[in-house]
Amino acid sequence: MPEKFDVIVVGAGPAGTACALVCAQQGLNVMLIERGEYPGSKNVMGGVLYRKQLEDLIPDFWKEAPLERPIIEQRFWMMDKESVVSFGYKGLEWGVEPYNNFTVLRAQFDQWFAKKAVEAGALLVNETVVKECIVENGKVVGVRTDRPDGDLYADVVVLADGVNSLLGKQLGFHKEHRPDEVALTAMEVINLPKEKINDRFNLEDNQGCTIEIFGDSTQGNLGTAFLYTNKDSLNIGVGTTLSSMIKAKLKPYDLLDYLKNHPMVSPLLAGGESAEYLAHLIPEGGFRSVPKVVGDGVVVVGDAASLVNAIHREGSNMAMASGKMAAEAIVKAKTRNDFSASGLNSYREALYNSFIMKDLEKYKDAAHTFEKYPQYFKEYVPMMNKAASKFFTVDGTPKREKQKQIMKSVTAERGTIRVLQDMYRAWKAVK
Amino acid sequence: MHIVVCVKQVPDTKIIKINPKTNTLDRKSAPAILNPYDAHAVQEAVKVKQLTGGTISVLSMGPPQATEVIKKSIEIGADRGYLISDRAFAGADTLATSYALSKALERIGKDIPVDMVICGKHAIDGDTGQVGPGIARRMDIPPVTSVIEVSEVNVKEKTILIKRKLTSGYELIQAELPCLLTVEKEINEIEYAPMPNMIRAARYQPIIWTVNELENVDRAQLGLKGSPTVVGKMFTPPRPEGGKKLEGSADEQVKQLMDLLMDKKDLLTVQSTN
Amino acid sequence: MSLEEYRGVWVFIEQNDGKVEGVSLELLGAGRKLADKLEVPLAGVLLGEEIKTLSNNVISHGADEVYVIDHPVLKNYRTESYMKAVIYLAEKYKPEIFLYGATPNGKDLASAVATDLSTGLTADTTMLDIDLENRLLEASRPAFGGNIMATILCKKHRPQMATVRPKVMKALEVDSSRIGKIIEEKINLNEDEMRTKVLRIVNDVTKRANLADAHVIVCGGKGMGDEQNFQMLYELAETIGASVGGTRDVVEAGWLPHELQIGQTGETVTPKIYFAIALSGAIQHVVGMKNSEFIIAINKDPNAPIFDVATYGIVGDALEVVPKLIAQFKEIRSQKGGEISYA
Ligand SMILES: Cc1cc2nc3c(=O)[nH]c(=O)nc-3n(C[C@H](O)[C@H](O)[C@H](O)COP(=O)(O)OP(=O)(O)OC[C@H]3O[C@@H](n4cnc5c(N)ncnc54)[C@H](O)[C@@H]3O)c2cc1C
Ligand SMILES: Cc1cc2nc3c(=O)[nH]c(=O)nc-3n(C[C@H](O)[C@H](O)[C@H](O)COP(=O)(O)OP(=O)(O)OC[C@H]3O[C@@H](n4cnc5c(N)ncnc54)[C@H](O)[C@@H]3O)c2cc1C
Ligand SMILES: Nc1ncnc2c1ncn2[C@@H]1O[C@H](COP(=O)(O)O)[C@@H](O)[C@H]1O
Repeated sequence: MPEKFDVIVVGAGPAGTACALVCAQQGLNVMLIERGEYPGSKNVMGGVLYRKQLEDLIPDFWKEAPLERPIIEQRFWMMDKESVVSFGYKGLEWGVEPYNNFTVLRAQFDQWFAKKAVEAGALLVNETVVKECIVENGKVVGVRTDRPDGDLYADVVVLADGVNSLLGKQLGFHKEHRPDEVALTAMEVINLPKEKINDRFNLEDNQGCTIEIFGDSTQGNLGTAFLYTNKDSLNIGVGTTLSSMIKAKLKPYDLLDYLKNHPMVSPLLAGGESAEYLAHLIPEGGFRSVPKVVGDGVVVVGDAASLVNAIHREGSNMAMASGKMAAEAIVKAKTRNDFSASGLNSYREALYNSFIMKDLEKYKDAAHTFEKYPQYFKEYVPMMNKAASKFFTVDGTPKREKQKQIMKSVTAERGTIRVLQDMYRAWKAVK
Repeated sequence: MHIVVCVKQVPDTKIIKINPKTNTLDRKSAPAILNPYDAHAVQEAVKVKQLTGGTISVLSMGPPQATEVIKKSIEIGADRGYLISDRAFAGADTLATSYALSKALERIGKDIPVDMVICGKHAIDGDTGQVGPGIARRMDIPPVTSVIEVSEVNVKEKTILIKRKLTSGYELIQAELPCLLTVEKEINEIEYAPMPNMIRAARYQPIIWTVNELENVDRAQLGLKGSPTVVGKMFTPPRPEGGKKLEGSADEQVKQLMDLLMDKKDLLTVQSTN
Repeated sequence: MSLEEYRGVWVFIEQNDGKVEGVSLELLGAGRKLADKLEVPLAGVLLGEEIKTLSNNVISHGADEVYVIDHPVLKNYRTESYMKAVIYLAEKYKPEIFLYGATPNGKDLASAVATDLSTGLTADTTMLDIDLENRLLEASRPAFGGNIMATILCKKHRPQMATVRPKVMKALEVDSSRIGKIIEEKINLNEDEMRTKVLRIVNDVTKRANLADAHVIVCGGKGMGDEQNFQMLYELAETIGASVGGTRDVVEAGWLPHELQIGQTGETVTPKIYFAIALSGAIQHVVGMKNSEFIIAINKDPNAPIFDVATYGIVGDALEVVPKLIAQFKEIRSQKGGEISYA
């Protein structure tokens, strides 16, 4: 007779591990199943780990977790072909406890995080693929793995299997993502000596910097690029929605190559050695593409539930928070021994009352707007660059006169009405 | 039948890259793995056990994290695992390693006498293949290295038939039990472990011994102290007279190469067949 | 242990069926240099049944002395019996350096002997030298996963032992005028006490990689991308009558069987022409092929270490260059209407 668990969690990413950790801490018998050689072995992330949601799970985690650098500076670049308009914030208060964000390498971080769940009592099984949920009388009662004698049973199955969630599709919770709902991102880890990174980014040893790059980084397509500092490597990546890639006939690697060779970027990478190349999807459908998250004997967390805020590049934190909420709902369901959809519904309630769904709702039109009106990326970024160039070039023209010329050239290029329209639309999308 | 398999945790050399400038190892994401040859050693023990019944123990020497490779061995089908872990063992070369492992084997054998020891052909980090025969000598049992098949195990007569790989071909050997085998990769395929093994492994807590838990140990023979070999220096090998890089487009380079080759009459000639 | 008592350089002479293995002759060549530096005799250790006649061969390859033990129990190699004989000799005559071929039997024997003599043993050496001042053997071997060599020393124990990779050292020209001393020894060995028996030896040449004897080798690396692309190397090999080999990464990826791995843990090869295609040239690979006569490297990374050992290098994409090479060779063949053969 196969063993029965209280909870089976599929996928040891941030969402699944957070859920397994909390369930185990609450004394439940938890099985965590991961298909990779070890947690994080294939997982991909630009690398910003937000402090708050992990701290809720593991207080003072920064004292032991394998973190790269605490981020003390965030820069934003509006990049044109040969220029960039940059702004950002650097604050030393982010460099001391309790910190703000960190860069991480997922291959290391996920392993550590999963170890925490194991120490709390969860059973971790790697190199095992869950093929499907076992459904009896419309209720999920377990999972079928690809191993011999591989069926396992549980009161609740947690789907934390990431963006493509085959299991969610099997259950009919969601359909195949539409190309405009996912971003395809390619990234590379580039080894570079610590001293070089410190010099080039103006940092001390234990300080990190992130740069988000818009505009020419995606050759004007809807998407962004990033460049983050690790201890002795850089993460550089770029992605656009799948639909833009298809439309513009782009390959993710070509975009990345273009970015790496961009004159604003390449000096920062010079002399580095490529250590890893990765590509991954990000669910960016936002509020409208969040699927059903609770069913009889099953809950869905993290990327599997499309819980990603594309505008702010938040994903792992939402994954952790949703995993924790799901765990709390499961613990509650256990006390009542009711694992039906209504017994587990407190997860859905918690999720919709949390920052996660509120933030997703706030931006529910953003992606749509920017995709539909490409001028934001294609025209305004170059315009900003031209304007800045004009404004800062000292050529004897009075500043007031310069401002006038700049305004004129903007409205001349797009027309006053259209500029106002664009501004209103953008404001509405992110308000 | 009690089979003990010696298993070692090694860095995954597939992933390790050397930084050519500093000559240091870059182990950014290199996880430690079960030495691939040792995985085959455990698998072979499982196969033998299916024929003869009995128990499979695995033994490892290494840092506390080496419990991971013991768990991996349980996944493959081992019954229990021992880790000897102590500062006193650190820095051991093959001589000191075989000493420490044979002392642990002595203690394991006290509970259930050992009928067979299996090691990997070599560990992919040190790559010496010396530890196995060393253990056999210390236990005074016959070693058979480079085994590619265990053809027969006769529990009553206490004998075993083995194929041993030679430079060209193989030899068929009969050995008395107890004996020690070191196995090649081709001896078997690692089977995809069934789920119950995975669960057992996930729960399994290996038995960990420090040097104090071993008996009659001569500490002078352990670790760095007990190692006659030392690493003198590390260097990048002298670069042979660098060759010439051809230039131009792919077509031009190929053309140049062909000319060069055709010029070298002492290397290659095109013979007419008619 | 008084180190001064130990004198002389020894080489274990591996013989199978009355034929001395090539690696043993290579070691006599290497041992000769060490012995000359130290100004001590070079000796071979020859064990077996009715093998005394091989002594002359050992001497004409550079030995000053040959220690011979002839015994029926030593007919076939077995760790048990060979080990006893070697330990007996080493304890009696105390050599300071003792070299073995890094073959299955040589490694096996050396490991057992080192354990009993409580001395150090360096595995798979590819360079040997002497620190004359301290009379120390400097045995160097590739280490870790990259381009680095480590020199291993054995300072306080004797003999200093090492196994040496076949085909990396050079044998001396045969000099039949050389004279040497043959020292015959006897030991007690009893077949009944042996716990292992060799029942049968099967020579299986088909199993043996034909790489070792190939005149031309096309070796591919991980840079070929996938198994599909790798197939084009077979076409190249077929066109020019070469054998195909691969790096360890290729073998691990399952594109090639184990026997076709070239390098430290695979075959050592010395063909006339060696094509190194889309492989980086890690030291473990290079030690297995660097003695090839004419090395052609194709790699898209101009800094790949393989270019350091290549006679000629093409910086380019193998997927583009190889088809061109195939076409060129095919054309030459059809022009001259013949086959390509190698001197
Ligand atoms: C290029 C890129 C950059 C990003 N940058 C950031 C950033 O800077 N900050 C941030 O917070 N977020 C970022 N994100 C988003 C973030 O990575 C995800 O939101 C987060 O990883 C989601 O966690 P998860 O646990 O839901 O899914 P995942 O991390 O994808 O984990 C899913 C796990 O399930 C396993 N799995 C899947 N199917 C099965 C199966 N059938 N059986 C067994 N196991 C299975 C997988 O192997 C994997 O380990 C980025 C994403 C990408 C692609
Ligand atoms: C103990 C030990 C023993 C080992 N023994 C051996 C051994 O016996 N034999 C062995 O080979 N290795 C051995 N190795 C492994 C060795 O260290 C290297 O990892 C291995 O040789 C690398 O294989 P590779 O060159 O095929 O792959 P890589 O190092 O990945 O090199 C691929 C190369 O292909 C190039 N490339 C990529 N695409 C193209 C293209 N389209 N066209 C042209 N070039 C391209 C790249 O620039 C790169 O240089 C051993 C390692 C250890 C630790
Ligand atoms: N530290 C160790 N712990 C357990 N087994 C070991 C250890 N080192 C070596 N071995 C065994 O000896 C074999 C040969 O290792 P090596 O001589 O280091 O190449 C390995 O395949 C293992 O079976």
